[in-house]
Amino acid sequence: MVMNTRSGINEKKETPPTKANAMPLRKRGGTVSNIYLALIFIFLYAPIVVLIINSFNAAKSRVVWGGFTLDWYRKLFQNADIIDALRTTIIVAVLSAVIATLAGVLSSVGIYALPKRFRRIMMQITNIPNITPDLVTGISLMLLFYFLRAQTGFVTLLLAHIAFNIPFAILSIMPKLRQMDMSLYEAAQDLGCTPAQAVRKVLIPEIRPGIVTAFILTLTLSIDDFVISYFTAGNQVTTLALTIYSMARKSVNPQINALSTLMFMTVFILLIIINMRTSSKNRIAHNGVISADRKIGKRAFTTQRKE
Amino acid sequence: MENIEKADQLKKNNRVRLLTRERSKTAMIGTQLSDKTGQSHIIELVGVNKSFGEVQVMRDITFYIRSNEFLTLLGPSGCGKTTTLRVLGGFEQPDSGTVTFEGHDLLPIPPHERELNTVFQRYALFPHLDVAENVAFGLQIKKLPQGEIDSRVSQMLSLVKLDGYGARAIDQLSGGQMQRVAIARALVNLPKVLLLDEPLGALDLKMRKEMQIELKQMQRELGITFVYVTHDQEEALTMSDSVIVMNEGAIQQIGRPIDIYNEPRNAFVADFIGESNIINGRMHEDFRVLICDKWFPCVDRRHENEEVDVVIRPEDIDLVKPADNLLNGIVTSATFKGVHYEMIVEACDLEWLVHSTDHKAEGSEVGLSFGPDDVHIMVKSAFSPMRGKSDQDSASHESERGADYE
Ligand SMILES: Nc1ncnc2c1ncn2[C@@H]1O[C@H](COP(=O)(O)OP(=O)(O)OP(=O)(O)O)[C@@H](O)[C@H]1O
Ligand SMILES: [Mg+2]
Repeated sequence: MVMNTRSGINEKKETPPTKANAMPLRKRGGTVSNIYLALIFIFLYAPIVVLIINSFNAAKSRVVWGGFTLDWYRKLFQNADIIDALRTTIIVAVLSAVIATLAGVLSSVGIYALPKRFRRIMMQITNIPNITPDLVTGISLMLLFYFLRAQTGFVTLLLAHIAFNIPFAILSIMPKLRQMDMSLYEAAQDLGCTPAQAVRKVLIPEIRPGIVTAFILTLTLSIDDFVISYFTAGNQVTTLALTIYSMARKSVNPQINALSTLMFMTVFILLIIINMRTSSKNRIAHNGVISADRKIGKRAFTTQRKE
Repeated sequence: MENIEKADQLKKNNRVRLLTRERSKTAMIGTQLSDKTGQSHIIELVGVNKSFGEVQVMRDITFYIRSNEFLTLLGPSGCGKTTTLRVLGGFEQPDSGTVTFEGHDLLPIPPHERELNTVFQRYALFPHLDVAENVAFGLQIKKLPQGEIDSRVSQMLSLVKLDGYGARAIDQLSGGQMQRVAIARALVNLPKVLLLDEPLGALDLKMRKEMQIELKQMQRELGITFVYVTHDQEEALTMSDSVIVMNEGAIQQIGRPIDIYNEPRNAFVADFIGESNIINGRMHEDFRVLICDKWFPCVDRRHENEEVDVVIRPEDIDLVKPADNLLNGIVTSATFKGVHYEMIVEACDLEWLVHSTDHKAEGSEVGLSFGPDDVHIMVKSAFSPMRGKSDQDSASHESERGADYE
């Protein structure tokens, strides 16, 4: 979304032009770039704004304002299918976030302990899922489950979410680890910790901010995901994103607006939290988050990771 | 033959401590060695080599550490001091050689089981813990009763003059305070040996001086063996019982500070420890050296090679009236340095550094006067001022000889 483009630009920023030539340039390009910016915002956000407004629209039509109402939200929470999907979404999100974060911590520590050359190779491998389109990930996971003759359902959905979350967990934790003074780990051993104790008592507390970020991020990604869930959930279980999709296909139902608004707000707030955590405290941690934002923003543009 | 005599002479000093290979082999078998002073050796390194890729960082390092002494590893940046400490701490494994601790092989023992603690070059305090928790860390790992932990921590904090700082966060401390916390965190475990890696490096001069005195005091009070790393020669000379001078991964000299200063073994040591005039000389016979075509008496015997390095300390030279039996020259600069004047005298195409409380004006003609005791004769080495043809030979000869002492 917007956050990713902003931080992406920040990262790439080159040496600022000197004052002398910067001023006239900026003035000349001012109106054009402002219009351009406005257009971007309109195209990106107008649909969302319309959607949010309509979720409070008493009229069923999308073009007529029939007065303010919370009916759609009320109906939403009386809809058993949606409550069911909500439960699945939350369970899958929390479980996959917890497991992916744990796996991310262990993998990061392991990768960090590797010699430099292998470390770089491992990080490249970790980055591959970032640049793989969700569609490819989803279909290949589906084929894998099919090949293993696994019944698609809750378990496969959860496994799929864990799988796509782990690289993002690693990417959030790794920068913290790289930032850490390695002599802290040695100091712990010097003071009597076994290597395992040193990891638990010093290394993990040191990288805790990265771990928390990883958790929130993977939670967000899981709630947000549609494509991969579509291919791996089977037809017994359904998530909120899947429900919205099937509702939208059947008929025009204003409940969709309400549900979409709720999901949008949840993901939006989580993303703001992640961005605040990473930008205010530490710029270095950006890396993982940028790419993750990009994934969320894939609907708008599928970009390659530049590095 | 000269070797033996020289060795004898040094033995009298009771300070030369390079072990012979043969002797140290017998030392491996769990017996604790002691030297003539009757003090036992807590740690012995024999023939330790360590390379990182192509770079050899430790070259045949052999020395021992006495119980309760303050030993300093001194050398320029990158000479392998930290690596030597890390071998002792267990964070690097040497490629070859042996390290024993109280007579037992130390190398297979993991860092957390070694009875030594380290004060790291950049403190390595745990930022997620406060001051008291940092200091208590080692005791907590050993699962001591909380009451004992608390009392030892507060005792230690007052020893390093940080009473009342227990609840402070690490990032709210000054450099000097962090450094004290690092020392307290290591000392509270009452290790047999404390390894300190340039602990005063980040402090300003005044703070350094204070901490030097405090550290030395703590070492005496607690009776703990200190292995101290620094590249500051003054620090090494003021604090240590023994100093090991290293360069490019090899030991140059081991001895008491005063011996290292007065009897530098080669031009590197002479140059690194304080300021000195290092001049090419020739010796044809005992007790007489030829400097700039003039003969001067000295207290050394003839070396195998005629060509020698002659070291004369700036403060050992007196500026007197020119005379036939002296080196005569002209003062080219005179700077007031507080206690003394620093003067540069040009004599026989060399610039001589002279420290003296007597001021001689620029341009005045002077004679350089020094006594036989002030003339230090050294075998030529790779560090000599001008490379003679016999350079390489004598350099390798020098290192071989190191092992024959004692
Ligand atoms: N892990 C390592 N890998 C490769 N080279 C290393 C490693 N550790 C140290 N070195 C190299 O070994 C040499 C000696 O390093 P060491 O840290 O022991 O020097 P030092 O005497 O402590 O220097 P300083 O006074 O700057 O701390 C240096 O040239 C350094 O670059
Ligand atoms: Mg060092």
